[in-house]
Amino acid sequence: MQGEELDLSAIVKDVQMRKSISIRKFWDVLFSFVALSFLILGLAILLLLIFQLFVDGRGLLFSWSFYTSFPAPNAAEAGILSAFVGSLFVICVTVLFAIPIGVAAGVYLEEYAKSSSSPAVRILTDFIEINITNLAGVPSIVYGLLGLEIFKETFKLGNSVLTAGMTLGILVLPVIVVTTREALKSVPSTLKEGSIAIGASKWQTIWDLILPASIGSILTGVIVSVSRAIGETAPLITVGALTFIAFLPPLPFSDRFAPDPQTGELVRAGQYGLFDWLFSGYTVMPIQMFDWVGRPNPEFRVNAAAAGVVLVLLTLVLNSAAIFLRIYFRRRIKW
Amino acid sequence: MTNTSLSLIQIRKLIQRQNLFDQLVLVALLMAAFSSIVVTGGILWILISESVSFFSQVPITDFLNLNDPKWTPLFDDKNFAIITLISSTLVTTGVSVAIGIPMGTIIAIYLSEFASSQVRELVKPILELLAGVPSVVFGYFALQTVTPFMQQVILGVQIFFAPGRDEFDYYQLPGFNMLSAGIVMGISIIPLISSISEDAMRAVPKQMREGSFAVGATRLQTSFNVVLPAAISGIIASYILGISRSLGQTMIVAVAAGTQPVYTWNPLEGASTISTFIVEVAKGDIEHGSLEYNTIFVAGLALVVMTLAMNLLGHYLSKRVREVY
Amino acid sequence: MEVIQDQDTQVKAQVRNFSFFYGKNKAIKDVNLQVLDCKVTSMIGPSGCGKTTLLRCFNRMHDLYPGTHYEGEILLESQNLLALDPIEVRMRIGMVFQKPNPFPKSIFENIAYGLRIRGIKDKNVINERVERALRDAAIWDEVKDRLKDMAFNLSGGQQQRLCIARALATDPEILLFDEPTSALDPIATASIEELVINLKGKVTILIVTHNMQQAVRISDYTAFMYIGELVEFNRTDVIFNNAAQQRTREYVSGQFG
Repeated sequence: MQGEELDLSAIVKDVQMRKSISIRKFWDVLFSFVALSFLILGLAILLLLIFQLFVDGRGLLFSWSFYTSFPAPNAAEAGILSAFVGSLFVICVTVLFAIPIGVAAGVYLEEYAKSSSSPAVRILTDFIEINITNLAGVPSIVYGLLGLEIFKETFKLGNSVLTAGMTLGILVLPVIVVTTREALKSVPSTLKEGSIAIGASKWQTIWDLILPASIGSILTGVIVSVSRAIGETAPLITVGALTFIAFLPPLPFSDRFAPDPQTGELVRAGQYGLFDWLFSGYTVMPIQMFDWVGRPNPEFRVNAAAAGVVLVLLTLVLNSAAIFLRIYFRRRIKW
Repeated sequence: MTNTSLSLIQIRKLIQRQNLFDQLVLVALLMAAFSSIVVTGGILWILISESVSFFSQVPITDFLNLNDPKWTPLFDDKNFAIITLISSTLVTTGVSVAIGIPMGTIIAIYLSEFASSQVRELVKPILELLAGVPSVVFGYFALQTVTPFMQQVILGVQIFFAPGRDEFDYYQLPGFNMLSAGIVMGISIIPLISSISEDAMRAVPKQMREGSFAVGATRLQTSFNVVLPAAISGIIASYILGISRSLGQTMIVAVAAGTQPVYTWNPLEGASTISTFIVEVAKGDIEHGSLEYNTIFVAGLALVVMTLAMNLLGHYLSKRVREVY
Repeated sequence: MEVIQDQDTQVKAQVRNFSFFYGKNKAIKDVNLQVLDCKVTSMIGPSGCGKTTLLRCFNRMHDLYPGTHYEGEILLESQNLLALDPIEVRMRIGMVFQKPNPFPKSIFENIAYGLRIRGIKDKNVINERVERALRDAAIWDEVKDRLKDMAFNLSGGQQQRLCIARALATDPEILLFDEPTSALDPIATASIEELVINLKGKVTILIVTHNMQQAVRISDYTAFMYIGELVEFNRTDVIFNNAAQQRTREYVSGQFG
């Protein structure tokens, strides 16, 4: 009798345990379901966003004149030529400004500061590191205020491609520093030791071996920064980017025209210099889009959406390239 | 030794030259590393010096005024109660966080603890692409897609709870509102939160998970009881970054949340945030050194102080939480 | 420590009252040791005994990392190499590592790199020296038709011989080997050992090995180290057959390790 009772309670326990397991398993499944639906929602939003832009902008998206026209008071005639070219010029400056400084800072922090035995250098390095982390959290519009006060007002560079490019350059600097450090970190120390052991100096080792070995990952960071800089709007509005630009920055050594003093006709008045484009006025894609979104005339929404498509495609292409490059280099290098 | 080998004297000369070159390079690299400090110093300097000149013209009590606050620096009747802008900044950030943190965290747990590596390889690039969408495009999306949708939702909810009224008796969500802007901001910070949190969770050693599985815990139990606590400081760091990003987010709110500086805590209304105000002022022509010019810097300072306070709070929390576990 | 007398050889390097510290931790304790010219000297001992640490002092590899310092002296002929510029030391003393570490460059450039950083620009000189180094490292026949290939495409044993060629190309006065076969299969190991034996008489070799049989096979002299101290140093046959110290006898007979 007693034995049977024990058996019974064992069965009850068994059933309880199985029940508890299946309940807990149910929660696992439910959680996966919720998480997956969030992920699908994220993807759906990305697709919906592109779809909406396409639908809204279809009136202009497929007309060539949209890409070859300057902004105009009439929505149907207004195009993105100056904004597109302006974005390219500004990004050029950003890249030329931010890559050397960012990569150099990354190299110093990763290759020199870490192996220094001097306590002063250590403190300085810690300080710089915390600083870079904090800079990454500073709102982008504050960089705009910095560019406004320093580049535009103090250095008197005005509403120029140079002001815009350097402001964005400072903005993406932390990204480049951090990715450079990550890239250098992934180079094994055995490679470094091999080079040092045959008598290469530290800088020779870095320049000849470590940087070439990590260039792929650094490039990924640069592309991500470029994509971010292309989409940045607020800091450029703050430094005074104009929205109505009906000219392109002058190419180096292109012909310069000026009104003739007598006739008032435009005549050739010499050549632009190598750097004149840096000081030219400009507008960029996202500012052009922002301007069109904000117009009371709803016809401009079409322009805004079409510009949005171009902008999204640009960033999608750049980011995909970065993702692809990262996977490619990860597969290729097998230490 | 062959005749092509270098003599000791040659080697020493070579090294001397190389060492000098290395020293010059080091100085250049050091200067580059130092640039970040210069940038921080520059930011602090311009914000503080312009704010000092602001407060020499405007009493600080006006700035901190909480009774019937107004922000009208560009009008003849000037008012400078910063709480007007802070309230809307906090409201949009609050909405953003309410969307972004739960979704980002759940996605991170899923990717780190549940998903197979194939799913992860597929999903992470998509999240990165989402993160790369320019904010002005998100703003357009908020204004043109989310707002009409939310207008229907709000109307639907009212009809559900109080059916049968005349259409105009229901509350109509305005075309510019903080809710839609906040929702889209929340979506825009999901990739940021999920990727940093996931990195933190994946860094948790395998043995800790195995210990939990060994006593019969499910994945979900292991995630919440073992992985999450162990990765908490990284997760909080991702929240801080997400909140900072939301506080400073400009284009989404400037496009979709309205540009009128209204003192309100209601997300169903439209109001200008701090960054919207800066953009609105900067769009026009402002004279360098004028009071208007000072105003955007004092607003910028308020934004930086809020971000900084957020960071400090985050570090404090992260420390406290770690002590509890 | 008594000085080993050997009529036909000179002392190439001499370690005198040498200690090495990681921070406060004394990893090498008052070691005295002679490295004889154009001979193979091996260093053996249980793991953690400091043999690799001592080897890396010879070309100042520890200078790469903060918090390390040296005491005493290591004489290279008559100069204390601890007082020289580390780059000069490394230009004169080559090193081959535990795991093959070719540069991410072509086979040719791997060898040529050491020449280039010595300011040698003459193409003919470089070509000739690369070929000679590859021949000396017994890998020329295998790679002569694919010098432009990436070095990573070679097998592990080939990579290690490439690294030896890389070190030989610059005519080092001493060549250091840090357990060069520990990452290799037995066949590749045999080819590296043969190579080391063939290099005898041309270059001074100092080799750290975890494998006592290897020390017997290839070295003329053997140093036995234990917990940072040099216990015994003598001709290899003496160390393995007739060691003076009890601890050495126990170690070589496999009683601990």
